Amino acid sequence: MEPVTFSVNGNRVSVRADPDMPLLDVLRNHLGLTGTKFGCGLEQCGCCMVLVDGKPEKSCGKPLSAVAGKEVITIEGLGTPEKPHPLQQAFLDEQAGQCGYCLPGILVSAKALLDRNPAPSRREIAAALDDNICRCGSHVRILGAVERAARLMREGAAR
Amino acid sequence: MSAQPTLPPLLAANPRLDQWVRFPSPGRVEVSTGRVEIGQGVLTAMLQIAAEELDVSPERIVLQTGDTDLTPNEGYTAGSQSIQFGGVALRLACAEVRALFLDHAATTFGYSRAELSVRDGAILHRGEATGHDYLSLATAVDLSHHATGGRPTKEVADYQVVGQKAPRIDLAQKIFGGPAFVHDMVLDGIVHARVVRQPCRGATIRAIDEAAIRHSAKGQIEIIRECNFVAILGPDETVVETAAATASNHVAWDGVDALNPFQEEARWLLQQPSIDRVIGPSPPSDAAPGRSRYEATYTRMHIAHASVAPSCALALYRDGRLQVWTHSQGVYPLRDALARTLKLDPATISVKHVQGPGCYGHNGADDAAADAAVIARRTPGKPVRVRWRREDEFGFEPVSPAMLVTVRAVLDGSERPSDWTTEIWSGRHTSRPGGGGNLLAAEALPDPPPPPPASESAYPPGAGTRNGEPLYDFAAKRIVHHLIAETPVRTSSLRGLGATLNVFAIESFIDELAERAGQDPVKHRLSMLSDARARTVVEHVVRISGWRAGLPAGTGRGRGIGFARYKNLAAYAAVVAEVEVDQSVRLTRVWCAADAGLVINPDGAINQLEGGVIQAASWALKEGVRLDGSGISSRDWESYPVLRFTEVPEVTVELVDPAADRPPLGVGEAAGGPTVAAIGNAVAHALGARIRDLPLTRERVVAALLHD
Repeated sequence: MEPVTFSVNGNRVSVRADPDMPLLDVLRNHLGLTGTKFGCGLEQCGCCMVLVDGKPEKSCGKPLSAVAGKEVITIEGLGTPEKPHPLQQAFLDEQAGQCGYCLPGILVSAKALLDRNPAPSRREIAAALDDNICRCGSHVRILGAVERAARLMREGAAR
Repeated sequence: MSAQPTLPPLLAANPRLDQWVRFPSPGRVEVSTGRVEIGQGVLTAMLQIAAEELDVSPERIVLQTGDTDLTPNEGYTAGSQSIQFGGVALRLACAEVRALFLDHAATTFGYSRAELSVRDGAILHRGEATGHDYLSLATAVDLSHHATGGRPTKEVADYQVVGQKAPRIDLAQKIFGGPAFVHDMVLDGIVHARVVRQPCRGATIRAIDEAAIRHSAKGQIEIIRECNFVAILGPDETVVETAAATASNHVAWDGVDALNPFQEEARWLLQQPSIDRVIGPSPPSDAAPGRSRYEATYTRMHIAHASVAPSCALALYRDGRLQVWTHSQGVYPLRDALARTLKLDPATISVKHVQGPGCYGHNGADDAAADAAVIARRTPGKPVRVRWRREDEFGFEPVSPAMLVTVRAVLDGSERPSDWTTEIWSGRHTSRPGGGGNLLAAEALPDPPPPPPASESAYPPGAGTRNGEPLYDFAAKRIVHHLIAETPVRTSSLRGLGATLNVFAIESFIDELAERAGQDPVKHRLSMLSDARARTVVEHVVRISGWRAGLPAGTGRGRGIGFARYKNLAAYAAVVAEVEVDQSVRLTRVWCAADAGLVINPDGAINQLEGGVIQAASWALKEGVRLDGSGISSRDWESYPVLRFTEVPEVTVELVDPAADRPPLGVGEAAGGPTVAAIGNAVAHALGARIRDLPLTRERVVAALLHD
């Protein structure tokens, strides 16, 4: 089978796999990027959220063939402990999480929001995260962390 | 000579000091806890406790957790007991280790014992370095002997680490997408597996079309079958997952009892045989003339743990040893259950905890571990990874049982009960595998173990009876408990166990009495609540919520209060909820005040309470397991909806006196019952009509409005 070529976190990759294979399985099992999580495989919970050409997409339902030539960003592409994305810094500052399993997907959804709307209202943040399930009930801290990240990013941009 | 102090139970069970503390290398302290991280932040709190008592900086401590090869056996991490019991044992062990090192330094080097102290692991004399530290003396101080429990722990006033807000040690890895979960483990040569489940206990395979399963697979798979246990495995997870998704179409089963959808409603329980028990004084004779009586019945459906991801485990059987990686809440009990299932010597099995998605009780984690172990036993040398399908987690995890509670009271002239009965109908709330089997894989194998006998834990704390006794000052209080042994689906523990509905029933009933008396619900409560700490949390939440008495009912906006002391033994929590109701309920604000005694990590405790509030709001407003002929039919997030981001209220949580020199009280489950009760009372206030059946769905709101 022909390899499918696309970009992940800025790196060009070629994957030789079933073109119907969910992008989630490609990321986790072929590319070793286990930051993106399996939650349901039904496109209902948002644990597997990634950005495809800047838009949040559930990678469990996205076949490999559909990302040919596209740019995929995963949680690993946001930041590192040494150089955290403002969202990651804000989630640490707010201690926004309990079990933390949903966080990669939520951070990716939040990044998509802040990339298009640098000053979202609380209501807009909640709407942007409504496809993501958090079962531990960390919602209030998460909403606060996204607000904080938006502030950090605006301050960073203003500097 | 003072008498030998009594060791706390977990220290008595794991008395060797080196089970808790070791000094393996320069600058490092190894501390072990049998408690495991399930998203509640317990590892951070344990680290704070050890750092405090040993006088070492938290960064130096390497924490070992939940490993049958390395850590103390503390049973299950459950019941909000980690800090209240596990933390207390660890604190005492660390204090004794520190004291032994100072004793040794004093006798060996001639220092005055009273002038010695420890700073970040270094031993000081009159505040000056001695050149000795824990590691340099480690070979000379024998930690293999048993704890006496006789060495003093630090004074609360001297605490520097305990009581401080500490960031969670496990959170950063999760935020940066690191391999934090057992789901993320990768071992060389890994084999992925899925299990085709028996539709119900005792079902037997009539026919299996293995050729059709193979044919539908898009790559290499192997099918393992032993009796009624069927697993599909292969090197490519996608291929295995896809084959498993349709495999049940190719297996025909005998012995499948069709369920009746009515069984999803708690009233079904009333028609079932039960094991009955009365806790408290005998019920009053009916002839109590002139006394007013009141009675009401409250229900809820089965509730799913609904962990955000399905269960997962890895296992490797090699050279006669079985290694299992699991997110089970109890590695030791699971090891024993696996030994029984596989007929292996427990000494040949190692079970290690690796984090999973929040479980909130007994979900599919243990069953997934058993699946992996059974398959690994059949495929020596190959690491096996089982990850349940979402549909299977919803369909086969043990759920929290449906419950029905009737409250009955004899009242004085002011609508205050003089005699109180909480009569409870419920399936079992505990069936963890350590107690006697109850692993799905074991039930599918030849010679399955008998079903674990239905039982109810001793009261207090009880299980279905938990919080069945109100904390209010009623002259006579009793619990009548009907344990329904046979339930339509497997049931076990979920955060709060029976307390959730029992507190909902009690606190709803108190509100109904207040309404009959024309009395403010807060004032009515305080008129019969003499426990000082209880009064304090109620008064605190009233203050922070700006509670006003006498707001009219039936306006579409409402507020309600709920209170309980979890188990009547752990943390106190009072909650006020504010709702807007038209046809459906919108929860706008929640305030919670809690007294958890001494709090190790205040931010961690607040986080747990916030989560408890939101999860309980989800139970109250949305959740109920659906059944159909084949078992649990709510197998995805659309048929089992939970609270979403656009539906969560603003939540304010405050701790009452968290630095007080009082024993720590378990806090993880404290908010659930009071929150459900506060929401129920708020909805009743908004509607001017009471809904006594959970969840408080749109259909029920509409029905209540029509009935009114």
